[in-house]
Amino acid sequence: MNEMTLEVSGLTVCYPTEKGAIFPVKDVSLKVPAGSIVGIVGESGCGKSMTARAVMGLLRSPGKVTAGKVFLCGREITALPEKERRKLRGNEMSMIFQEPMTSLNPVMKVGKQVEEAIRLHTDCSREEAKRRTLELFREVEIPEAETRLSCYPHQLSGGLRQRVMIAMAMVCRPRLLIADEPTTALDVTVEAQILKLLEHLRDAGTSVLMISHNLGVIARVCDEVYVMYAGRVVEQASTERLFEQPLHPYSRGLFRSVRSLREGCETLETIPGVVPNLLRLPQGCSFSLRCPECGEKCEKTMPELLETEPGHAVRCFRAEGGEE
Amino acid sequence: MSGYLLEARNVTKLFPAAGKKKVHAVSDVSLQIREGETLGLVGESGCGKSTLGRLLIRLLAPTSGEVRFRGENITALKDSDFRRIRKEMQLVFQDPYASLDPRMTVRDLVAEPIETWRLCGSREEVTDRVRELLRAVNVPEEFLYRYPHQFSGGQRQRIGIARAIAADPSFIVCDEPVSALDVSVQNQILNLLRDLKTSRKLTYLFISHDLSVVRYLADRVCIMFLGKICEIGDTEEIYTRPRHPYTRFLLDAVPVPDPSVRGKEIRLLKGEPPSPADPPTGCRFRTRCPRATEKCAASEPELRYIGGVQAACYYAEEGPA
Ligand SMILES: Nc1ncnc2c1ncn2[C@@H]1O[C@H](COP(=O)(O)OP(=O)(O)OP(=O)(O)O)[C@@H](O)[C@H]1O
Ligand code: SF4
Ligand SMILES: [Mg+2]
Repeated sequence: MNEMTLEVSGLTVCYPTEKGAIFPVKDVSLKVPAGSIVGIVGESGCGKSMTARAVMGLLRSPGKVTAGKVFLCGREITALPEKERRKLRGNEMSMIFQEPMTSLNPVMKVGKQVEEAIRLHTDCSREEAKRRTLELFREVEIPEAETRLSCYPHQLSGGLRQRVMIAMAMVCRPRLLIADEPTTALDVTVEAQILKLLEHLRDAGTSVLMISHNLGVIARVCDEVYVMYAGRVVEQASTERLFEQPLHPYSRGLFRSVRSLREGCETLETIPGVVPNLLRLPQGCSFSLRCPECGEKCEKTMPELLETEPGHAVRCFRAEGGEE
Repeated sequence: MSGYLLEARNVTKLFPAAGKKKVHAVSDVSLQIREGETLGLVGESGCGKSTLGRLLIRLLAPTSGEVRFRGENITALKDSDFRRIRKEMQLVFQDPYASLDPRMTVRDLVAEPIETWRLCGSREEVTDRVRELLRAVNVPEEFLYRYPHQFSGGQRQRIGIARAIAADPSFIVCDEPVSALDVSVQNQILNLLRDLKTSRKLTYLFISHDLSVVRYLADRVCIMFLGKICEIGDTEEIYTRPRHPYTRFLLDAVPVPDPSVRGKEIRLLKGEPPSPADPPTGCRFRTRCPRATEKCAASEPELRYIGGVQAACYYAEEGPA
């Protein structure tokens, strides 16, 4: 039996806006098995980050979880009072973001920031916290760790800042790390280093939910992938399976849009149109407006997310029969 | 006449930095761009790509060296004499949100360069010209009197491009024009830029940190590291047979969407990038290079021809370390 680090079922997030309520996350279910890296892929506004924030209990008001449950290592956490949730964050689940600067204190030395996080979550002495900070810095492979402790965030490169954030997230060896586009702002050679580091953490017992718009990043580290579009999961499969045979027309469009490094071409494939406004979603399938295979039924009814075979689920009428 | 549309000769740009230091943003760069070609410029954050792009179109003045446009030294020109050339050179920015004045309508945004250069007579003529330009970049005409915030990122970038081509330039610097856009929209813009290049006989300097973007658009590619050119030449040739150790790291690091290569060891760059305010002696890549020897520390390798491309490395013939 595979133990689940994270299980999300039917998660729905509602935001009231002046022009009506929108649902940036709608009926999202996903699982992160212990010891794995699971990816969520999709374009901006598809609900990736909002899903992550809702799982963490970090939604910005007036956003609200209006339905669904979140289980962390088998324990339901959605109904816990805020005080309990806060205790979970940092202890059993933590999150890193695309831009580490937004979560680091610009006027405090980075070593000190990690030290304080340690002292907040444990009752160890100042000396002990110092020692552990240095250990963590070494573990996340910060070169010349000792001298880096007394740097301010702006004195570090983007890659080093992201390592500091990861050190901070790892203070209590959480069971789950949510990484929201952790390498998007980084150079490719630094990205390769950070991805390697995430794999080390996974091997050391922290499962990872990895959010990315980059299929290359997903292919490199993820075991399972969820494709999101307009707030919903539209496809889910193992990485191998999805890359071999994407079934949803949106997934297929994403894969066709990937640019090759190896060969040039005359014209790049595109997905026509743009991501729909959540206030003006079509009545049927959210992708119907851009879908090259859209039929009459697709315009009227929202398809269910159904398994076409064990471990591969798709939200598309065309794919249901398994036909190409 | 040199036969090149644009040429940089030993161009250097230093910026003042803290403690009397100088940031070596661009160091002794020489390159040539032929009429009608696209030169891709790649390298990591802070290596000097944008600075070089701005130097080439005289939005920045070099600390030393010169830039020639159609054989004429534009660095030496007085502002008043440069004006006639200014129109020939345009810039497309990365951020379609920040680069458009939010208080101006699309019509006025695109009309601005036409009016600045007095390319049309009456107001009607200008508006007709704007319509034509919007058609060229696939922005529906009925959006003429809308404001930038009413558009998606991709459409804003189209408007930015319409502005750049409005005065009929011959040379455009595209500085990360798709980095801020969604993947599916990036390709729409890249296709558009490629079409415009042919239909309007444009020459591009195309700056990107994304190697796949450059692979698609560039005839030749220039790879920079810390203000210096490492390697420059035919795109296909460099992507299949990189000569400079840094180019190899860069190409190897790009994550490919193929799970079957998962688990394959990727060679990771050691250490941290050196500071542009305090670049290493000798080869600027040597503190991170697996191949570096004493020779690399002692003196700086010059760009030299190896096969059809130029690379600046003493051991460029020797294959991966
Ligand atoms: N106006 C300026 N004053 C001082 N330093 C500057 C200035 N403009 C650029 N620099 C410095 O010059 C170096 C080159 O910067 P540049 O913006 O050209 O790099 P880039 O390759 O375009 O980077 P990116 O990929 O992040 O856009 C950097 O170290 C940068 O900090
Ligand atoms: S010159 Fe030396 S240090 Fe520079 S890239 Fe070549 S081998 Fe490496
Ligand atoms: Mg730049």
